[in-house]
Amino acid sequence: MQVSMTVNGEEVTREIEGRLLLVHFLRDVLGLTGTHWGCDTSNCGTCVVWVDEKPVKSCTMLAAMAGGHEVRTVEGLAQNGELDPVQRGFMECHGLQCGFCTPGMMMTARALLNENPDPSPDEIREAISGQICRCTGYATIVRSVRWAAAYEADRAEAPAATTTGGAP
Amino acid sequence: MQVPAPFEYERATSVDHAIGLLERLGSSARLVAGGHSLLPMMKLRLANFEYLIDINDLHDELGYVEVRHDEIRIGALTRHRELLESDELAEAFPIFRDAEKVIADPVVRNWGTLGGSLCQADPSEDLSAVCTTVGARCVIRGRDGERVVSMTEFHRGPYETAVGDDEILTEIRFPVRGGGGSAFEKVERRAGDWAVVSAGAAVWLDADGRIADARVGLAAVGPNTTGLPEISAALTGRDPSEELYDEAGRLAAQGCRPDTDMRGSEEYKRHLAGELTKRALRRSVERARERG
Amino acid sequence: MTTVDDHKPAGFEDNDQHPVGHGRMLRKEDPRFVRGRGNYVDDVQLPGMLHLAILRAPVAHARLVSIDTTAAEAHPKVKAVVTGATLEGLKLAWMPTLSNDVQAVLVTDKVRFQGQEVAFVVAEDRYSARDALELIEVEYDILDPVVDVRRALEEGAPVIRDDIEGKTDNHCFDWETGDAAATEAVFATADVVVEQDLVYPRVHPAPMETCGAVADFDPVEGRLTLWSTTQAPHAHRTLYAIVAGLPEHKIRVISPDLGGGFGNKVPIYPGYVCAVVGSIVTGKPVKWMEDRSENLVSTGFARDYVMRGEIAATRDGRILGIRTHVLADHGAFNGTAAPVKYPAGFFGVFTGSYDLEAAYCHMTAVYTNKAPGGVAYACSFRITEAVYLVERIVDCLAAELAMDPVELRLKNFIKPEQFPYTTKTGWVYDSGNYEPTMREAMRLAGYEQLRREQAEKRARGELMGIGVSFFTEAVGAGPRKHMDILGLGMADSCELRVHPTGKAVVRLSVQSQGQGHETTFAQIVGEELGIPPADVDVVHGDTDNTPFGLGTYGSRSTPVSGAAAALVARKVRDKARIVASGMLEVSADDLIWDKGSFHVAGDPSAAVTIQDIAMRAHGAGDLPEGYEGALEAQITYNPPNLTYPHGAYICVVDVDPGTAQVKVRRFVAVDDCGTRINPMIIEGQVHGGLTDGVGMALMEIIAFDEDGNCLGGSLMDYLLPTAMEVPDWETGFTVTPSPHHPIGAKGVGESATVGSPPAIVNAVVDALAPFGVRHADMPLTPSRVWDAMRGQARPPI
Repeated sequence: MQVSMTVNGEEVTREIEGRLLLVHFLRDVLGLTGTHWGCDTSNCGTCVVWVDEKPVKSCTMLAAMAGGHEVRTVEGLAQNGELDPVQRGFMECHGLQCGFCTPGMMMTARALLNENPDPSPDEIREAISGQICRCTGYATIVRSVRWAAAYEADRAEAPAATTTGGAP
Repeated sequence: MQVPAPFEYERATSVDHAIGLLERLGSSARLVAGGHSLLPMMKLRLANFEYLIDINDLHDELGYVEVRHDEIRIGALTRHRELLESDELAEAFPIFRDAEKVIADPVVRNWGTLGGSLCQADPSEDLSAVCTTVGARCVIRGRDGERVVSMTEFHRGPYETAVGDDEILTEIRFPVRGGGGSAFEKVERRAGDWAVVSAGAAVWLDADGRIADARVGLAAVGPNTTGLPEISAALTGRDPSEELYDEAGRLAAQGCRPDTDMRGSEEYKRHLAGELTKRALRRSVERARERG
Repeated sequence: MTTVDDHKPAGFEDNDQHPVGHGRMLRKEDPRFVRGRGNYVDDVQLPGMLHLAILRAPVAHARLVSIDTTAAEAHPKVKAVVTGATLEGLKLAWMPTLSNDVQAVLVTDKVRFQGQEVAFVVAEDRYSARDALELIEVEYDILDPVVDVRRALEEGAPVIRDDIEGKTDNHCFDWETGDAAATEAVFATADVVVEQDLVYPRVHPAPMETCGAVADFDPVEGRLTLWSTTQAPHAHRTLYAIVAGLPEHKIRVISPDLGGGFGNKVPIYPGYVCAVVGSIVTGKPVKWMEDRSENLVSTGFARDYVMRGEIAATRDGRILGIRTHVLADHGAFNGTAAPVKYPAGFFGVFTGSYDLEAAYCHMTAVYTNKAPGGVAYACSFRITEAVYLVERIVDCLAAELAMDPVELRLKNFIKPEQFPYTTKTGWVYDSGNYEPTMREAMRLAGYEQLRREQAEKRARGELMGIGVSFFTEAVGAGPRKHMDILGLGMADSCELRVHPTGKAVVRLSVQSQGQGHETTFAQIVGEELGIPPADVDVVHGDTDNTPFGLGTYGSRSTPVSGAAAALVARKVRDKARIVASGMLEVSADDLIWDKGSFHVAGDPSAAVTIQDIAMRAHGAGDLPEGYEGALEAQITYNPPNLTYPHGAYICVVDVDPGTAQVKVRRFVAVDDCGTRINPMIIEGQVHGGLTDGVGMALMEIIAFDEDGNCLGGSLMDYLLPTAMEVPDWETGFTVTPSPHHPIGAKGVGESATVGSPPAIVNAVVDALAPFGVRHADMPLTPSRVWDAMRGQARPPI
């Protein structure tokens, strides 16, 4: 069957099997390997992407089901070459180690901040509670998301303070 | 990772279209909504279908929470997140928000649906216990029109429902009465896990503060969600008190049929059935009183 | 173009350090990870690549009667179907394990655990490969399984390893350490003896990335390239050379980014060998990635020790001796990944941090119908089990003596002046200063205040527990005289080359699974050479481009390869001194090193930087006599001893009296890992290990039913902690450098996994003290805690 969807702002159309999982469509068909998979039962959350701006587990969604929808992956998180504050927060606060759960964690974090620009640590923990990290113990992920929230709050307050520098 | 066996994918454009497809394809076809119960089963090849009919495009038709003065109607394609976020629903029946906070995880709740949860008929499924507690009736539509069944009739055993091969669950309905309060309690081994035991309670107080009606629904302690009419009988007409909650807890512990498994021993689950029933009733009464 | 402002939000100022060498520094590997540009094994795509899927046994113990692959072979997308019989023809049906045992690659005679590899399919895509598994028909003759470890040696128990000639029972090995007679003498005269049975259940490292490989065999060159999830690429290459009979120089093992390892990716699994065979048979690159169930049911488990601990003491709390008997479940094959002379790993450090008069351990290991493994999950070669044993029975003793558990520990610590300290089981602890570490943890936790709060809560019927543990780790294996893996000595090589412009590349044998080697090793070299870590490129994970070494596990990267990196940098610095002496026209002895430059003694203005020196060393100009040019070096570091980090942990839990649910409210961890290279990375290592501890203490277990069916075969059943179950970790540190490590560093990767489970269990047991509970085994699920509250605590297996 044929499926068309928007992935990171780009319209894509491919011939696929009806049973193809969205995670495999992204990784194997489109080569967007930033989205990972780590289980068979929707428990680990390393496969989280956005469908219509909401985080979903792409291992538990058929590519066909995403047809006609807007999908965003970690590769589409940076805008115009500029890292998202969530990406910067994860680097600044050691919110990642092996990097395997990181794309899913960041997609959920970005979606959370879009709805709630000032989430409490408990709200952040709840938001990522369907995603497992074996390396960080979560505290630094919470700090990373708080970093991004604080950064965006500062920027909103004082946009003039912004300067350009080198890549982090 | 595990992948499902081959099947044909169809998209339904309306409820009638979905029913037409089901009629044509029979038991080889299955509806998929959120897919969060079905697809893992298919990936592990515990379930195989030749056709999957995607009904997500029917969200405009089947995704709604309608709170009327005497009845609440919820479309089967309403997503867990929408149930969680509905202030109207939480005002009338806080049990829904209590439960939705602890069903699966936030990402799964973005996509999983009410109808999918009920039709999966997992004995540990929380929303089924909520629906049992509030006395929900299920609207099932087929070619010849709708029929409405109670939750007891809806669940026919583990993973088995009253929905026929060529039918679709479209809605649940339950009455709204004055003086009500409700609550949900769950013990899980870890966030996002299925319940070791969960208990819902709904209580209606009369003008004198006496219990006019009370209902309790339990999950994970029997082949399906367990409604406990004996608790309703024991509580009706009585003044709320700790002793009364204890009595209800005893009835819950006696009346359920749990099995020992990795989540806990039969004995522990009986204990929890009692403990959580007490807690849910206590909180329901508090909430009923707060609302006056 | 990437543009970014350098604004940092308030409250995060400490993120802004840019050290030249040691200190907090953001990780060099992160920019690719946060962009989704990591490169894990499943990301490898090669032209014409095929996909491999493995058929696994549905039962635990069965004779293989027949396999019919006809229908699978007829599948239009299938390229090959391989069974044990095929492999027997290639003499590849069996392979050596890391413990001098053998393990079947594919079953030829008998299934020995549920999930064992029976056959494999190679197909055009992963979905078809999976489909074709359904088409293989296997007939099994079901046999009684051996599931209960305590009954494995019973008369008449089914013999699992009938492949070993003359084998008539399920005995794997016996091992002992310490002095039985001296220990008996101490126990016979002690005022107080406390005994406790303890089970450390079978658990699984479950890294988020499962195991897998892409094998690409070039028949023309006879060359094999293997991308695989391995923590030890060089050791694996040698083993493939031995197993497959391929010449070692024609094998290239690439371990790209790893999605966690925790010891799960140390052994060679049948799947890797299958991928190699699949590529040889089809002439195409072949990818195998196991699914989560395969990972949980068949790859290296951890722990599975049934222990009896005994402790003897004087009435006033002086610990005299510790004795233990252990029954170890090794599964169907002895696949333990430990130095060969240490069949029980480093369990011998079970005397802990205490100055004893005598100690003894006797261990019996057995085969059962379960997956092989044993040493994994950040265990430092079984120190998890050892520390759990000693820290649990010390608490039991404290309860018996009605002493505060901290006071009892403080009274018995090895004193700083006793180091180097030789334990009663022969381990030489290099350095330690335990009391300040314990006191720092107490200060951070507010220990006295917590005890007061607990007393108030107990009076109200609330269940609050405070648990303490103190551990000494033994990491950095190890001295080659004592330690080898299948004959490969555990020394690590390291190469460093400084380019003409003063940038450098350091090549390592160890392999990061998330520990941040690209940052830490750049900092080690940067510190020694006085150049920014940003100027040091770290190359690892590719046997063609790195020198030999044994890999990353047992917290050995910093103790062994970290020492190698520091020493190779010093060797380069010594060469630089010679070049500098020529440039400054003085004797090399008259030069003073000043982190990044040499200057003439007494004249700081006469100086050359390492960058100047590098250019001169590669330039056309004259060099001092005998100096051929270039600025590079290679060394092999053979550690003189292990390093012994230590730490003090305090855990606070609340238990719901009605539901028996445990909430870890606070956790204070004070670690001493010697010299600290990057505090941010150290903290991250500790946080991860503490979370493992919560998992093991409260929820993780790989259990089996009486038929040997694995009950923990998915992440629905094998529970891993989420952000909801863990507190905001509170960490602190003390610094006691290792006297024999070139920079005094000790290794920290596994400290928290080792130290945290007893702190949590001790806290729960403390909370349940009003019920008279003295012990309850992990995992402390609500149901099991409720049993304990009712005086019915029982072992989990």
